Formats: sequence, structure tokens, C-alpha cells
Amino acid sequence: MATAHTASHSATAHDHHEHEHHDNFITKYIFTQDHKMIGKQFLITGIFWAIIGGLLSVIFRLQLGFPDMQLEFLKPILGGWITAEGKLDPDFYLALVTMHGTIMVFFVLTAGLSGTFSNFLIPLQIGARDMASGFMNMLSYWFFFLSSVIMFVSLFIETGPAAGGWVVYPPLSALEQAIPGSGLGMTLWLIAMTCFIASSLLGGINYITTVINLRTKGMSFSRLPLTIWAFFLTAVIGLLSFPVLFSAALLLVFDRSFGTSFYLSDIYIGGEPLPNTGGSPVLYQHLFWFLGHPEVYIVLLPALGITSEIIATNSRKPIFGYKAMVISMLGITILSFIVWAHHMFVSGMNPFLGSIFMFLTLIIAIPSAVKVFNYLTTLWRGNLIFTPGMLFSIGLVSFFISGGLTGIFLGNSAIDIQLHDTYFVVAHFHLVMGSASFFGLMAGVYHWFPKMFGRMMDARLGYVHFWLTFIGVYMVFFPMHYIGIAGFPRRYYTWTNFEFSNMYTDLNMFVSAAAIVTFAAQLIFLFNFFYSMYRGRVASLNPWRSNTLEWTTPLHPGHGNWPGEIPAVYRWPYDYSKPGAPEDFIPQTVPLSATPESNLPHEQELVKLEKAIIADEETLLVANESKAS
Amino acid sequence: MEEKFAFVENAEQPIAMHPKKFALWLFIVTVVMIFASMTSAYIVRQSEGNWLEFDLPEIFWYTTGVIILSSVTLHWSYLSAKKDELGNLKTGMIITTVLGLTFLVGQWYSWVALVDRDVFFVGNPAGSFLYVFTGLHALHLISGVIFLIIVLISSFKYEVHSKSMDRMEMLVTYWHFLGGLWIYLFMFLLLNH
Repeated sequence: MATAHTASHSATAHDHHEHEHHDNFITKYIFTQDHKMIGKQFLITGIFWAIIGGLLSVIFRLQLGFPDMQLEFLKPILGGWITAEGKLDPDFYLALVTMHGTIMVFFVLTAGLSGTFSNFLIPLQIGARDMASGFMNMLSYWFFFLSSVIMFVSLFIETGPAAGGWVVYPPLSALEQAIPGSGLGMTLWLIAMTCFIASSLLGGINYITTVINLRTKGMSFSRLPLTIWAFFLTAVIGLLSFPVLFSAALLLVFDRSFGTSFYLSDIYIGGEPLPNTGGSPVLYQHLFWFLGHPEVYIVLLPALGITSEIIATNSRKPIFGYKAMVISMLGITILSFIVWAHHMFVSGMNPFLGSIFMFLTLIIAIPSAVKVFNYLTTLWRGNLIFTPGMLFSIGLVSFFISGGLTGIFLGNSAIDIQLHDTYFVVAHFHLVMGSASFFGLMAGVYHWFPKMFGRMMDARLGYVHFWLTFIGVYMVFFPMHYIGIAGFPRRYYTWTNFEFSNMYTDLNMFVSAAAIVTFAAQLIFLFNFFYSMYRGRVASLNPWRSNTLEWTTPLHPGHGNWPGEIPAVYRWPYDYSKPGAPEDFIPQTVPLSATPESNLPHEQELVKLEKAIIADEETLLVANESKAS
Repeated sequence: MEEKFAFVENAEQPIAMHPKKFALWLFIVTVVMIFASMTSAYIVRQSEGNWLEFDLPEIFWYTTGVIILSSVTLHWSYLSAKKDELGNLKTGMIITTVLGLTFLVGQWYSWVALVDRDVFFVGNPAGSFLYVFTGLHALHLISGVIFLIIVLISSFKYEVHSKSMDRMEMLVTYWHFLGGLWIYLFMFLLLNH
């Protein structure tokens, strides 16, 4: 079905004049409907949130690593949250970890990663003028912006932002009396997340519609770059799971503000019973994790897609097992919906149910291992070119392995009794989901920066940034496994009253110091990013000698991407180092009939078909030209 | 210097399906997921016991009839528009809009009936869930009625006819879906309350 799109756009001279002067500052940079600018908006907002989220983690790492430290110097920023003794307020500590989680998971690694690259790359790589609905796309960004503003404001209110953990379990999050953060902060959190869900759904609907309906001629599903496959499946996951988070949040709002008892039952506060009866807090966990687990893959899949593309390009080799990659991503997509209860092994769930979810969870290791294997075999004996993007991609593979291995432990319902809610869990998901996705994001920025801004980022600064971050991440999260195995629970303000946990104080100190250094290393990236945007070396049209369609656009593509006809596609995107070919890459736009020297036998068969298509195209072109004249 | 050029919507867009219709289907998927999660939550919660038993308001049978009837009249308007019988189209659209509003009023009276039975929004989740189901569905139905009114107005401006059916087709899809959703919810409640 996919090859049936046999018409083409044409920009005739006449229309050219009609539209030329439409862009003013506001429609170009602010309320833009151009997918490339919207992608950049998501990226800049994501970077802003990453700085905030990182700073929050530095503050609570100070508390964890140096519990006796005088934090008076933070008073100008944190004000009343520093107590009279110069200590961090314990309630604010909870708010910090909550907001760090929320910001990083949703605002940075969902909106900042998927929002940026799905928007930027989908039309460029499938050969479309823009998204299916530019207006919905704009709306998607502005819902995200609104959500960001509300979440940002909640950081500054008197009772502090939400503090019940990023999962906001009731009853803690449902009762205003529970902690200060469950008051106005929690309300703002819920409003912000509702806007965020609306933004994600608008974006996701657009991505799916675009990938299915707006591919250029010849761009069949089997010729899609793996990035597009990843973004597509990510959008499908989001479309199916975010509405469930909406349901969970809606019932929570009713419990909080209207006095219903969906999640609340038999609660005593100060000896007085609350009127709520008949609710079930586990119900919230089911609903939340039905989103929460797929969310992990919403965060990770785009990063894996970006990695596939960058590793293949910079190994100068076709991706190993294209079909296996697609099938394993499909497998991950399906499995992501049937493993949610592994987050609830110790929540009082039926242990038999636990063993079913354990089984399903461990199955995810198979598609994940297939992907890792394919990355490594793509790298194997490739002509590796270590661009910063490539280094970050390899870094992602490293984190995906080391973090994925601990997932096998945690997916086990018996071992989880010991490990749940300890720093072992924190270390696991920060490696496999947090750092891996962050590295995917960074790889994508380094790789597509020339397309975004027409300039190159400085490679040497990129290398420094990579090595500091890569080593830093392992220094932060590797020791955390040991702290976790020892039984140090997450989300605790202090845990030094026991002998066994006391002996890990120096390890915590080490982790905190490493975290601060790693955070500081990101300043190199920030400088590189903004400096290169204006002063970087002007990029060539195809700086990485890549096959995909985005590199056939002008250096600064306008709204509509290609000045003339949209190029047609004749081959898959991974024809690197094809035997017989004069160059080590053959872009997707080169017809098979033009490369008889490197065609495989079955491709020679396709040449005949191709010639028929080209003939069609030429008649159309002639027809258009006669119309124009 | 940035090169500028125009995006031309020509007749031969390489599209497998009308993108807006496709997007509508995806929107419907999200609504399905909301109600699927809500009804699953209902079952999960119900299985834990401490569940208030009460009779469903009889008025649900009437509102169900109304919404089925509205789907029929809308489909009649749709067929009329396809045949360019614009008089019938207008009549059908007016009847459908009135039926849609009637359904909403009927749902309001179902809440009155619930209150009469001492089943309140605040209280045992059995009742709360019923309010959430009907309320959320009514909210979507209001969006459907707004859509109906928009198409109604454009049909009076002679903008809906056999050559311009996109909006009408989307309306029909959405409205039939909302009717089907209500029938699902009602059946679900009949079987599980």
C-alpha cells in the first residue's frame, strides 16, 4: 500500500509570489506552524527544563552527600526552605525529588526528546512538506508551554511544589493534610500534567497521521529510516497510554477536590477518621503504571531510533538486521503495555499475578538484547567515524546494557522484595532510561544541529562534553547500586541513624561530588550549542555523508522543506559501503537504475519497475511546466 | 540568505486517507482508552468488595433510545446530503441536534434520579463511578453537539452537499462513535452493577 502515493507537490512560480511575504517575526518564531521551528521550540524549552531539573538534583545531592553541610549560601535562592540552622527543609527535599522526576521524565525526555526530533525529523525524513496539521502541531507546543509555565510557577508557591514523588500515589497526594506539597502544589501539578497530556496527544496524533499519510513517492514502510519507525511507535504508545494517565489524574482530582473515595479508604488523621470509605489506593497504582511503564519506552524508543541512524551512518555500514530492529521495536511496543504491575510487586498484589508479570517483564529482555546485538554488529568492523553524535550513541548502547542487566534483577518478583524502593532501583532506571535517553537526545542534537541551524557544533568541545558526561554518569550511578543493595531507601531525607547505612556516607559523598561535576560539564554543551548557533562553522549540505532525505534539502530549508519537487525515494536508507559503489554511501534519492555497478540481483529486477515510475514522473513534470508557461 | 518557496496544496496530494479524518480516528482511539481505563478501574475496584448495590435509573433506557434515534436521523441527513437533497439535510440536522440536546437533558435527569435514590457523587465509589461515566460521556457528547451545530449552520449556508462531504463524514463518524460509546457504557453498567 505504501508505494501507492504517486503524486507530487509542485511549487510553481506563480504561487511562489503569493506566499513569499507572509512570515513576520511572530509567525516565524513564536506562533509558527513550521514543524522545524516547532521542533526547535521543543528543544529550547527542553534544555531550559533540563537545567532546572539538574539543578534540583544537585541541591538534594548536597543533602544526601553532605548531611552536615551549612547551606546558608543557598538562602538567596531557596529562602525559607533553608531552616534557621542552615539545613534543607525536609519537606522541600521531598518536593525536590518529586519535581526532579516529573521534570526529567515528562518535560525533558518526553517533550524535549520526542517533541524535538519527531517534529523536526518526521517530515524531513519521509519527504513531506510539513506535518499533517501544522495548526495542531502549534497547539501541541503551546499546550506544553502552558503546562511548563504552570509547573514552573508551582516551584515558587509558599507551600512548595508537589512532594509525593513523581508517581503522586494517593493517599499522600490526595490529602492536603498529609504534607505541605499536597496542597496547592499538587493541584498545580495536576493541572500542568493535564495540559501536558493534551500536548502529547495532539503531537502524537499528528506524528502518526503524518507518517502514515504523507510519505513521499517510493517511501514504503520497509524503506523508512529507523528513526521514523521509533518516533511512530513512540507516538502509538503515547496515544494509548496517556489517556489512561488522564483517567487516573481525573479520579485523583475528584478525590482531592470533591470528596469522592476512589482511592481513599479508612484513613485516620490525628485519631479522627476521614469520611472516605471504599476507595482503593492500589487502583491508582494500576492506572498510573499503565501509563508509567509505557512512558519508559516513550522516553527510550526515540533515543534508540536516533542511535540506529547515527551508528549506521558513522560506521559506514548498513544497520545490522533492519527487520529485526523493526520487529523488536514492535515487540517492545506491545510488551510495554502488559508489564505495568512489575512496579507493584510489593504493593499487596496477588503474588501469583506477580509471577505472571515477572514472566512478561523478563520477555522484554529479548527484543532489547536483539537491539543491543544489532548495534554491536553494526559497529563491528565498520569504518568508525567518531563524531560527537557517534560517541553519544555508543554511550547510549553502553548504558542500555549496564542498566538493562539490573532490570533483570528488578523484574524478578522475589529479589524485588529486597531491592524495591532502594537506590538500586534509582541506579537502574537512571542508567537505562535516564542516561540512555539523555545520551540519545545529545546524540541527536550533535548529529542534526547542522540541519537545524545550518552550522556545525564544535567537535572538540563535543568530545570533552562526552567524556566528562560519560565517565560522570558511571561515577554517579555505579556506586548507587551498592548503596541500594545495602538497603538504603530512596526518597529519604536522611538515613544515617543505622550502622549499615552509615558506612555508605563516603560513597554518597563521592556520588554527590560526581553529580556536581557532571552537571557542570553540561555547561560546556550549553556554550557549544548557543555559540555554534551563531558563530559555528557553516555546515556543508550533507556533513555526515548520510543517505536520508533531510540532507537533500537546502542548508536553511524554508517552510515546505524542498524548493522544488519533493524527491522520490528508490532505496532503503542504509546503503553504506555497498560493494561496487564508487562512494561509501548512496542517498535514498539515487535510483537503482543509476547504480548498476552496485545493485544486487533482486534490485536489478526492481530497476524495471523503477523506470516505469520515473517515466510517469516525467510526463507529470512536462505537464506542470506547460501549465506554468 | 534563506530560500523561500511556497507550499502548494495541489489536487494530487499523496495521501492514503484524508489526514483530518485519520486524525479524528486517532482521537477516537484516545477516547476509547479513557473509557477502557475507567471501566477497567470499575471492575478492579468492584472486585475488592464494599460495593454499594442500587438500581440504575430507568431513564437510561429512554436516553439510549434517543441517542440511537439521533444516529438514525443523522445518517439520513448524511445520505440526503450525498444525494443533494438539501431540504431533507436541513430537517435531519435540526432533528439530530434536538435529539442530541434531549439526550443531554435526559442524562441530567438520570443524575436527579440517582440523587433520589440517595446515590451521590461523594460516597461509595459504585455511585461515584456512575457519575464519572455519564459525566465524561456527556462532556464528549457536548463536543459532538457543538460539531453538529457547526455543520447545521454550514448546511444552512449550503456548504454541505455531495461535493463537500468531508465535515459531514467526520461528524457522522464521531456521532455514531459517541452513540456506540454510550451503548457500551450502558451495557457495561447493566452487566456489572
